[in-house]
Amino acid sequence: MKKELTRQHYLDMFYYMRLNRAVEDMMVKLFRQNKIVGGLYSSLGQEAISVGTAYALEKKDWLAPMIRNIGALLVKGVPPRDIFMQHMAKYDSPTKGKDGTSHFGDLDDLHIVSPISMLGDLIPVMTGVAMAGRYLGQKIVAMTWIGDGGSSTGVFHEGLNFAAVQKAPFVLILENNLWAYSTPVRKQVPLENLADRAKAYGIDSYIVDGNDVVAVYSTAKEAVERARAGEGPILIEAKSFRRMGHAQHDPAEYVPKEMRAYWEARDPIALYEKFLAGEKLLDAKGKKEIEEKIDTLLAAEREFAENSPMPPPELAETGVYCTGDDCHKIRAKWERPIAEVTPPRSSVKAVWTVAGFGSGKGSGGVNAPIHFGDTQPAEHTVGNDAKSANGRKPAAKVAAKAAPKKTEKAASASTSRKARR
Amino acid sequence: MPKTNGAGPNGSASNGTQVTFLEAIKQAMFEEMERDPAVILMGEDVGVYGGAFKTSEGLLERFGSERVIDTPISESAIIGAACGMSYCGLRPICEMQFIDFIVCAFNQITNFVAKGHYLWNAPAPMVIRGPSGGGVHGGPFHSANPEMYFVHTPGLKVIYPSTPYDAKGLLKAAVRDNNPVLFFEHKFLYRRIKGEVPAGDYTVPIGKAAVRREGKHVTIISYAAMMHASLEAAEALAKEGIEAEVIDLRTLLPLDEETILNSVKKTNKCLVVHEDTKTGGIAGEIAAILFEKAFHDLDGPLMRVTSLDTPVPYAPTLEEHFLPNAKKVFSAAKELARY
Repeated sequence: MKKELTRQHYLDMFYYMRLNRAVEDMMVKLFRQNKIVGGLYSSLGQEAISVGTAYALEKKDWLAPMIRNIGALLVKGVPPRDIFMQHMAKYDSPTKGKDGTSHFGDLDDLHIVSPISMLGDLIPVMTGVAMAGRYLGQKIVAMTWIGDGGSSTGVFHEGLNFAAVQKAPFVLILENNLWAYSTPVRKQVPLENLADRAKAYGIDSYIVDGNDVVAVYSTAKEAVERARAGEGPILIEAKSFRRMGHAQHDPAEYVPKEMRAYWEARDPIALYEKFLAGEKLLDAKGKKEIEEKIDTLLAAEREFAENSPMPPPELAETGVYCTGDDCHKIRAKWERPIAEVTPPRSSVKAVWTVAGFGSGKGSGGVNAPIHFGDTQPAEHTVGNDAKSANGRKPAAKVAAKAAPKKTEKAASASTSRKARR
Repeated sequence: MPKTNGAGPNGSASNGTQVTFLEAIKQAMFEEMERDPAVILMGEDVGVYGGAFKTSEGLLERFGSERVIDTPISESAIIGAACGMSYCGLRPICEMQFIDFIVCAFNQITNFVAKGHYLWNAPAPMVIRGPSGGGVHGGPFHSANPEMYFVHTPGLKVIYPSTPYDAKGLLKAAVRDNNPVLFFEHKFLYRRIKGEVPAGDYTVPIGKAAVRREGKHVTIISYAAMMHASLEAAEALAKEGIEAEVIDLRTLLPLDEETILNSVKKTNKCLVVHEDTKTGGIAGEIAAILFEKAFHDLDGPLMRVTSLDTPVPYAPTLEEHFLPNAKKVFSAAKELARY
């Protein structure tokens, strides 16, 4: 996997990790100057995860960042000024000051979905993006991130389970940084490896050293290509450590000193620099060039951001609703023949095919047996016994198992539409 | 149960056919899916089974399993995935098997779906629909009217029709709308009322109330199943010489203030009838609007006939006591007319 990367790829990832850190360093300064309106969250020490995973995506792919994935936004093409202005609540920011931090997106060009603060909600949303991409024939992959703490939410389960059932081309990066605000991972999840959760969804998973960008990239690249090939969602647990507090206000005194020291000695950028030097991919001159490039860029980006005004107060009243075509022309970008999903080609027999048990129908058109009051009751007949709805079959019909080959074929034929890429 | 005439909002007769409320909804979904391949349907048991109430029967056969998706029992995942799909230009319809379960996805709807356009200019053209309301002895978890949770959420549109004509036309309008629309289907009406729907394509505008009956003595404002109780009461009131004007809100968010104000300025008296519980129901909001904008036109107190402030009880005797009905509307309107 390593060999697939050119020198430029290696240097790109170095550039983005350095840029990620420099952007955040600059925001710490802005924060201390009271130029950042709300909270400031740090991904210090986790840059390899954001950069390595997002770098594995193609331009057409979709991502949705979490609060510590500024590196992923930079890789996807977001200019640093947008990140500065978001935090500073400026009028020229992507949300025009209506939201802060990394809460912004770009549906049309960069294919970024904005996160919200409620953790895990992006998982079903990005599952939907992945399903829509498949439906439209776009061959895209959707990626999002979740923390060790966020993996405790109900929607994490609902989303990942739905993605798994649908075999959605979706990659979930579980950033285990050991701390959810002040709560250690062991109080969130009684597992050594959070990747073990994948087993419960019947999906594949990887565990990777989140401080090794090359390992992160190779793993993510493999996962993205497998998801794109139709193997279903994949979970990657990237093990790392949150070097700062939950946000700027939090000194994180609850973190044991030894733990901090251990991880500080494993700084992902320092490790990568050593690797690049060892492979003779980067020398002092090359490093200086990259750093100068970043300094020049960020000085200009910061100036632009600082010069942007605050939004006019009346802006608060606008934009709750899309007003129609003048506001957004919503059009699906079809990359497969529409005839495949419209009648007559879309037509199927409405049956469940259960491997080894043959086919079962729904209710055969009669009313469901859940009507109340004076509504017509359901007519039960043997042929449309409601039991088929929960997958069980009367014992007498188990004989159907005698022809497993045929039923398996039927099963794959009926599911092939769902799994079509 | 009174027959509703399915005529359009302007009262014009059509040359369509008589269909049930449920059939009208099914037709709307069928026709929208036929018209636009970006329209898909997702929900629990909507495919092979055709939906718990058979609302989506036949859709899987015609449109296939990529467009009619049977989901796990995961309301948050259904809504979340639909939101993601809508970001990609699709127009998903999500069915909540019973609308009571919509609260399982409350966070997805109120925080993700509703706020996207305001915050980051991301329209989410999607419809969330499902059977709601009581009167069918469904008990406390299969009879809810949770519309006001969502009327309190900027960014959503909330529709609650009372006739087959409106159900079909409003659902089609909801599918074509660029915003997330919640579409409540009163299950008491599903097979109990029939109405005419025209043969061709039509939509009913979201955000416009309808005057179901003209009158000069008192305005009765209602929606959904209670619309029919209100009309029944109006018939009885007419026999006593009280001409009630009956307004069907049809859309709760955005609320059609103009139609409400025009009527109250004429009758000077207003009674709001809803099956939702009293505290925090739409009647309170209408009262506030009238006090702000028609205070000097009012000749009597704003009155409310609503369900009790309790969960929906199961036993028929209890539920009947809990719910408003034509008799309660009649008494309240008669009292109001005396002012």
